[in-house]
Amino acid sequence: MAPTIGVVRFPGTNCEFDTVEAVNALGGQGEILWHGDNSLANSDAVVIAGGFAHGDYLRPGAIARFSPIMQAVTAAANDGMPVVGICNGFQVLTEAGLLPGALQKNAGLKFINDWQMLRVETTNSSLTNAAEVGQELNIPINHFEGNYTCSPETLAELKANDQIVLTYVGNPNGSVGDIAGVCNEQRNVVGLMPHPERASHALLGSTDGNVLMQSILDSVGVTA
Amino acid sequence: MKFHAVIDVQLHAGIADPQGSTIEKALPTLGFDGISNVRAGKSIHLDIDATDAADAEAQLAEVCDKFLTNSVIEGAEISVVEAATAGAN
Repeated sequence: MAPTIGVVRFPGTNCEFDTVEAVNALGGQGEILWHGDNSLANSDAVVIAGGFAHGDYLRPGAIARFSPIMQAVTAAANDGMPVVGICNGFQVLTEAGLLPGALQKNAGLKFINDWQMLRVETTNSSLTNAAEVGQELNIPINHFEGNYTCSPETLAELKANDQIVLTYVGNPNGSVGDIAGVCNEQRNVVGLMPHPERASHALLGSTDGNVLMQSILDSVGVTA
Repeated sequence: MKFHAVIDVQLHAGIADPQGSTIEKALPTLGFDGISNVRAGKSIHLDIDATDAADAEAQLAEVCDKFLTNSVIEGAEISVVEAATAGAN
């Protein structure tokens, strides 16, 4: 049976349908989850899609993390369900404490919307299990607050535990350690700033995002 | 008792502050020289029910910790005054 991927929609989310489309194109079943519900319905995995949840007021993700759906996401994440946050979804996961660190404004002080080469650093995560270490992927970025930051102690832990999932080839935004994506210690929760769903068809300019979307599908049912 | 509080949220030193940098860069072009280290934060004003000022401060410290600030990138300074002019901010 095709795995069901719940895609969370907050007020202000704007990448949920692209994400559902990318999931469906790979044979999965994308289903929109409303932020006001406190259940993940029949989801086998969850993607928190990009956008500007709650207008990014206060800080990106700061309000969204208190939505009823986030209680269900947190409980499922703690039970080992694959949970992936893309862009604004990554910011939500750091604010919710499901991932370490925070996203600050880009070092160049500008919003960046461009294609970006990424490098796969580990295949031991729910976002990269179908990829290869060292594989380079051409996937767009589209953010202002994408500059990953954390304490030196946290960075050392991320390195020691192999939690840095993706890095930028040529750092576009000042992220510490060129970090584009990280996972939690259990490796089932992953956040990344780039948009794999926007690199899911040749007509979009790249299909490199599919290996990441496929990894989410493949990680369903695998105990983290 | 109702207290009025002002919470000053500032990014930690070393965290990028585009607004502050942009203001700083604009100053010389307007003829204002000798101004440096410009940081633009947030100021949150509110009224809160509490038994005394210390209680108000303790409650707000928790609010800051859980919601109003992200301790990875920001810190807050809380100033509490008795709200003689509640609602007048």
